[in-house]
Amino acid sequence: MNTMIQLEGVDKMYRTDRIETVALSSINLEVKPGEFVSVMGPSGCGKSTLLNVIGLLDEPSKGRVQLNGTPVSSYRDAALAKMRNKEIGFIFQTFHLIPDLSVADNVEIPLLYRRMAGAERRRLALAALDRLGLTSRIHHFPSQLSGGQQQRVAIARAIVGCPRILLADEPTGNLDSQMGDEIMHILHSLQKDSGTTIVMVTHDPRLADQTQRIVRLFDGRQVQ
Amino acid sequence: MLRSYLKLAWRVLWRRRFFTAISLFGISLTLVVLMVATALLDHTFAPMAPEVRQARTLVIFNATMTGPRSTWRDGAGFQLVDRYARNLANVERVAMISFPEDVFSYPGSTRVQSSLRRADAEYWRILDFDFLEGGPFADQDVRNGSRVAVINAATRDRFFGGAAAVGRWIDADGLRFRVVGVTANVSASRPVSTGDIFVPYTTAKTDAYKTRLLGSFMGILLGRSPADLPGIKAEFASRVAAAPMPDKDYEHLYAAAETYFESVAADTFGQRNDDTTRAERLWIAIVGAALLFLLLPTVNLVNLNVSRIMERASEIGVRKAFGASTGTLVTQFMVENVMLTLLGGVIGFVLSAVVLKAITAAELIEHARLAINARVFLYGLGLSLVFGLLSGVYPAWRMARLNPVAALKGVGR
Repeated sequence: MNTMIQLEGVDKMYRTDRIETVALSSINLEVKPGEFVSVMGPSGCGKSTLLNVIGLLDEPSKGRVQLNGTPVSSYRDAALAKMRNKEIGFIFQTFHLIPDLSVADNVEIPLLYRRMAGAERRRLALAALDRLGLTSRIHHFPSQLSGGQQQRVAIARAIVGCPRILLADEPTGNLDSQMGDEIMHILHSLQKDSGTTIVMVTHDPRLADQTQRIVRLFDGRQVQ
Repeated sequence: MLRSYLKLAWRVLWRRRFFTAISLFGISLTLVVLMVATALLDHTFAPMAPEVRQARTLVIFNATMTGPRSTWRDGAGFQLVDRYARNLANVERVAMISFPEDVFSYPGSTRVQSSLRRADAEYWRILDFDFLEGGPFADQDVRNGSRVAVINAATRDRFFGGAAAVGRWIDADGLRFRVVGVTANVSASRPVSTGDIFVPYTTAKTDAYKTRLLGSFMGILLGRSPADLPGIKAEFASRVAAAPMPDKDYEHLYAAAETYFESVAADTFGQRNDDTTRAERLWIAIVGAALLFLLLPTVNLVNLNVSRIMERASEIGVRKAFGASTGTLVTQFMVENVMLTLLGGVIGFVLSAVVLKAITAAELIEHARLAINARVFLYGLGLSLVFGLLSGVYPAWRMARLNPVAALKGVGR
């Protein structure tokens, strides 16, 4: 298999009654298995939209998306949900942890949507938290953690189901540089140790330079 | 997964305590009204002592004669029961009892009002009264017109201050009766078995009642099994249809052997021998009224739920991103809502028990002992679930269909 993510001629347009906004235009992208790619560009250039299209959260207006060799043939809710659950882990800038759930319960979320016994879910969640150095925090709630710790919990949640693809939307955007470096270090070790394919949106050229390839967008078009 | 949903639901409800309290107040108040109404209906129509053989019992409550110029509607007459209800196929017993009539007595220097009923001896065999003293009067007493009486506990209290009454005498309707038995009180909502003083029908001051098709009696028919009741109804109806009219002013006689529920349905939707759907119509009317009553609080709860779930748009986005389908999310929010309404149901049960106890204590219905029994509990549980599902489906469906990208941005619409 040569590509983990393949986009061919992808357009994304948002239509309202009066205007049509082009968010992505003629995007062709190939990401190899185990590759760490960053996506850069000014605000509003379509970085997050690209990530949403790759993550099957948004349907392209035109073009083809293929993940792990499987073309996304149907954008039916149940089929997408299954594919997201199996193949993709998300890391968001604002962490998006559920405030009413403990750290361990938050990490278990992707496993809830698989046929898996509760004890097995808990075992895998604890293993993921251990990997991120959060064993002592499993019973805490998100509000009791620092930003860096919250993002580590979000990474544990993203990797607990062993997805082949990690999509990170400005994962260090809400953290100071030291915390940011720590998160980047974790992402690099995930890529090296587990061979996870990572696509990261960032504004920070310093972080982008640490990745294997930079994809640049401008006004919805791929410029590099 | 269910455990995880319940855990989360509990935390969400606990975190939003004010909202939860408002919701629970609305839910429990609604359920109290419905459960009290259910308890009252159950108390009126469901089988309970002494009407323990209700499943195979039919009653001829009333009759109507119609002619070109007049209509006469009254209770069943002695002759209607005696001539047309006896020797029906699969009828084990036939009894007669008059509708309650108010009589006055003057024990000591006080004036006591009682409801007097005239019965035959079969009445005591069809109904299973709880005798606190003595027993019922016998066939021989009825044949001889013996002045004997069965009274209820309340009458014993009024006449004898609660002391033993069997063998003692009471005055009623201008006659003296020897008490032969004392029964437990029966609620005034049970027209077949309620009453203060029961005497043999042959103690009436005149025999005029014996010639009447319409009058002040009800006939009670005990079938051999519940399955026999439709056949009994049909045979009685055909006999009545062929009955000769006693008076040239009238051309048709209508009377039906029916359950009390069917009789109420007939009173509500019209008395006709050939109309078999009126009981179903009464059922639909009762259920419809309950649903109509549920409508306003349901709409209210739907609005509260939508705003509550709207705040959790980002959670919906996260769950969708990690593999939750719309169906799974609908289930999750339904579980939360059903849990909330069941919690409201529990409070509703407690409050209903208090209200029913207060109604009982206030004797709003004479001798009624209203309580939440297993049947009312099951109806209440059913109502809570229906309420939970009705008020949860729309918000859950609407929120679960949110676009995940919009949801992650916290846009709940």
